[in-house]
Amino acid sequence: MNVSKKNHKHVIHINNVSNYLKLTISVLVLLMVVTSCKSDASKTSDTALVMYQCPMQCEGDKTYDEVGSCPVCNMDLKQLETASKDIETDEISEESIFNLTSKWHTEEGNEIQLEDLKGKTLVMVMIYTSCKAACPRLVADMRNIEAKIPTENIKNVQFALVSIDPETDTPERLKAFAIENEMDGEQWTFLQGTVDGVREFANVLSVKYKEISPIDFSHSNIISVFNPAGELKHQQEGLGVDNKETIEAILQLTQY
Amino acid sequence: MLCLGVQSLMFGQTKDMVLIEGSRYIPLYGRDSTVVEVKDFKMDIYPVSTENYKQFLKDNPKWRKSKIVSLFADKSYLSNWKTDLEPNDSIHPNSPVNYVSWFAAKAYCECQNKRLPTIDEWEYVAMADETTKDARVKPSYNAQILAWYEAPRTKESRIGETPKNAWGIYDLHGLVWEWTLDFNSVLITGESRKDVDKDSNLFCGSAAVNATDLMNYAAFMRYAIRGSLKAKYSMKNLGFRCVQDIKKENK
Repeated sequence: MNVSKKNHKHVIHINNVSNYLKLTISVLVLLMVVTSCKSDASKTSDTALVMYQCPMQCEGDKTYDEVGSCPVCNMDLKQLETASKDIETDEISEESIFNLTSKWHTEEGNEIQLEDLKGKTLVMVMIYTSCKAACPRLVADMRNIEAKIPTENIKNVQFALVSIDPETDTPERLKAFAIENEMDGEQWTFLQGTVDGVREFANVLSVKYKEISPIDFSHSNIISVFNPAGELKHQQEGLGVDNKETIEAILQLTQY
Repeated sequence: MLCLGVQSLMFGQTKDMVLIEGSRYIPLYGRDSTVVEVKDFKMDIYPVSTENYKQFLKDNPKWRKSKIVSLFADKSYLSNWKTDLEPNDSIHPNSPVNYVSWFAAKAYCECQNKRLPTIDEWEYVAMADETTKDARVKPSYNAQILAWYEAPRTKESRIGETPKNAWGIYDLHGLVWEWTLDFNSVLITGESRKDVDKDSNLFCGSAAVNATDLMNYAAFMRYAIRGSLKAKYSMKNLGFRCVQDIKKENK
């Protein structure tokens, strides 16, 4: 309102070029204010996360979003503590990889942002599927780690394999790789990004890589563990190294 | 990162860029240490100045030193600025901006519809001296760059004071080191496929063995620096400039 009035005034007083210039500038400035890069607004509206469930689970996993009683056994519904430790804080901390806003495709063909992986302990590695040298061993390292995590912890862990070669590693190809390597369970995710997104992500992990031929890359061998808020907690470097510390880090993060 | 082209009208105009005609050449470290191809692109003739960067910070509060998240910059980010928008008094507006992280440099360029140059692009333009586009064979070329590497405190100089090279570009040598888009593709011990993130490995002999031109010691130092960087680092003698792809008229 105020702004349009002000501009109006300018229009009335245009009597020479310099005023006209001023108007142009003020419109430009206005445009910039409206369109300049916004800092990522943190979500604050997400408050409806409280859920209720019958303590006897008469209806299985069914949940309600308000207080009441179970229609089967009439017991008062109990508030669920759904992964309270993680989801409670909706703010993304400064160190969190969820500050990255790049878009990714999963092996199932879904488009996600890293933030969509929030809430579980993340174990991430960068590979590419046509790799014959280091990656099979890196993948084996991931599977060895996964095998040593007890079942009740596994449901709080997401293992993510991020492709260094987004041009070759399409969702279909990643899906085939997942099946071939028996890594098609819920706990495994494969991610195809953009060339730019992958470069940025690698830099967050301090992973170095270089295309040395159309189907071959040199790359660092690093397995990274993030807490459910996306903060880096542990990195294991090298191939076939003792993964005891990595497993300990995961166990610690998944103990509720 | 959520930026719009409007800003490119305000500063960093494309008139401060020149066309670089692409070609094929052998860099110190290319893919398989062989010929790489550089396409045509436009490059800023100057590195980004403190004044340019100040304008960017005015428009983009999330990159100010008090706002930047620690994922994107270490503690020394803009440590030579006394406030969010004011550099220390000793810094001239036309000095190259320094103490910036890769993330910040990348965002700056993207906010102007530009991007950081790749290593291959940067090195391609940097092969030139004042008269020749590939001056690497001239003894004077290396000697001059190495003389700069020995000269103290060049980062306090101003942009555009070194002689412009054959492309019309200033300050690739003689002022500050510059960020490149794919700096993290330098694997100094890459052939062994070991992790390279050990500072002690930086200058070891295995790296030089892979170099195509053992005489190009200055270039070797640049690659070594790149190999030692992490994207959140910000350093006193590290600035940046942007480049732009040539838009295809009809695809």
